Amino acid sequence: MVKIENITKTYEKGKVKALTNINLSIEKGELFGLIGPDGAGKTSLFRILTSLLIPDSGIVKIMNFDVVKDYKEIRKITGYMPGKFSLYQDLSVEENLNFFASVFGTTVKENYSLIEDIYVQIEPFKKRLAGKLSGGMKQKLALSCALIHKPEILVLDEPTTGVDAVSRKEFWEMLKKLKSEGITILVSTPYMDEASLCDRIALIQNGEILSVDKPLNIINQFNKKLFAIRTSNMYQLMQDLKQFGSLNTAFLFGQVVHFTSKNKNTNSEEIRFFLKENNHSDIFIKEIVPSIEDCFMEFAKNEK
Amino acid sequence: MNKFKAFVKKEFYHIFRDKRTMLILFGMPIVQILLFGFVITTEIKDVEIAIWDKSKDEVTQKITNKILGSGYFKLVKNIDNEQEIYNAFKKGTIKEALIFENNFAQNLNNRNNANIQIITDASDPNIANLIVNYTSAIVYSYTGELNSNLTIPMQIKTESTMLYNSELKSVFMFVPGTMAMILMLVSAMITSIAITREKELGTMEVLLVSPLKVSQIIIGKVAPYIVLSIINVITIIALAMSIFHMPIVGSLSLLIAVSILFIFMALSLGILISTVTNDQQTAMMISMFALMLPTILLSGFIFPIENMPKILQWLTVIIPPKYYISAIKDIMLKGSGLSYIWKDVAVLFLMTLVLLGLSIKKFKIRLE
Repeated sequence: MVKIENITKTYEKGKVKALTNINLSIEKGELFGLIGPDGAGKTSLFRILTSLLIPDSGIVKIMNFDVVKDYKEIRKITGYMPGKFSLYQDLSVEENLNFFASVFGTTVKENYSLIEDIYVQIEPFKKRLAGKLSGGMKQKLALSCALIHKPEILVLDEPTTGVDAVSRKEFWEMLKKLKSEGITILVSTPYMDEASLCDRIALIQNGEILSVDKPLNIINQFNKKLFAIRTSNMYQLMQDLKQFGSLNTAFLFGQVVHFTSKNKNTNSEEIRFFLKENNHSDIFIKEIVPSIEDCFMEFAKNEK
Repeated sequence: MNKFKAFVKKEFYHIFRDKRTMLILFGMPIVQILLFGFVITTEIKDVEIAIWDKSKDEVTQKITNKILGSGYFKLVKNIDNEQEIYNAFKKGTIKEALIFENNFAQNLNNRNNANIQIITDASDPNIANLIVNYTSAIVYSYTGELNSNLTIPMQIKTESTMLYNSELKSVFMFVPGTMAMILMLVSAMITSIAITREKELGTMEVLLVSPLKVSQIIIGKVAPYIVLSIINVITIIALAMSIFHMPIVGSLSLLIAVSILFIFMALSLGILISTVTNDQQTAMMISMFALMLPTILLSGFIFPIENMPKILQWLTVIIPPKYYISAIKDIMLKGSGLSYIWKDVAVLFLMTLVLLGLSIKKFKIRLE
């Protein structure tokens, strides 16, 4: 469906590297996630896919159309939702939808079944100006507009950024439903917790792909024991862990520190002993299953 | 076609929902023309006149009474030679002189027509024009009364002469100038802002990733402004004619045709500006400095081009409003036809083609 080969992209005449040697292959009907922090290159890659940017080198083909040469074909089969809310704020919900339907040479009626589930949620507000909608509603409207021409491939750039937790959950459920309609979906997100909802994910940082696989396989690649640690003095804990002989990584994750050791034989008792020696009290240590975020940190560290 | 219709409809929503745009589009032309108009115009009352009645018969007496009885005119003196008229004008004691021809009543009876000459001081051209119009109107109403019980209509012709400013330079010059300025404002500035707004708000990104062709985006974007600009032209002409009694000597359709050509030129400029800028603020600044100022200062609107330093005179060659103002001034005030103004029109046409070509070439189908 999508073949990305050796894509490199720089800005300002090569001074700023956005993407370096990206290779990806996405199957038809897949829900593919591009996971990475801000500035990792997600938007650049998506803009190349949607023919908005030309890569410095490399080839991207979607359904055998070249994104540079056949950009006209690409624009017929792509549904795109930019990271920034990009609908007309001074047009009502209904007017926006009708406009985008006409622009793509279709009508709302024709493809209503596709957007019905999403649109019914915003239909009560169809007379309201798009600029006056809440964040979650805006995203639903933008998704409806991107879908209205029944695209083969849907490219969503950080659709859940700035959206409340409930709406985020709803949004992902909608994506699952669209996937079942056979639409290939590419979605980027800085939220690691959303990664597990994708079929496959690519972890991206500093314009380079760290790993591409199913979320579970990525977690399985994590070959170290991971401990969650909490004590009464978290600041001191971070400082002391840095003195731990076989320390690999220690990151603050909410209320706890996620800790890995270079030594495979390191266990909870050893760490507890070390912390007690350093006068920590209320020590809580548990070996846990790594999350995508842990994997990301690990890959990112190895990359350096 | 449906795509295009939807696009234009959307554009009209933008315009009608934005109060500021509406104000610039419709409030500005009216305010400007009224402002320029009223600064120049004043009411006429008790205008000092002199009368040279060569005939001294019953009819001339009646007309004189009618004119003096209107309240607009005040007789300063009766005179009987040409020299006296010029002396009076030079001293400034009169603003208008009326001359009835010899055998006025007789001519009217025998030939069914007679002549009155009106001489005015046109150093204040607007007032001079008003005085002539008022005088003629009174004379015509008198002929109307005469003719109401006659089968063969009688005619009294008025012939006006403007002293000191016979070509009426600068009178009504504000109308062509204001038209050029407003069309620049509406067509070039507002379009460039409207297009850069799509870039700034990110909607251009979505439009680009759609099957819309570049030409569809551009034409869809500017089409509403073509319509609105034409409405503006008509409004200005109507206001100038009705409120300020501006005569349009030439062909009205030629005037509108040339204006439409100028609108296209301005729109191309607007599109060009939008292709080199990414935000509304810059677009507005460029429009202001690169378009509005030259339109006001270098087009001959306010300052006569002949009086400028040589370098500035050279610069005016590339200022499109110069050609537009010169062309419509000739049409409005001199009644010139296309054969007379074709040079201005040709330059405008060429400029439009070049600007349009450039802007289509520079319009980006991608983000960079």
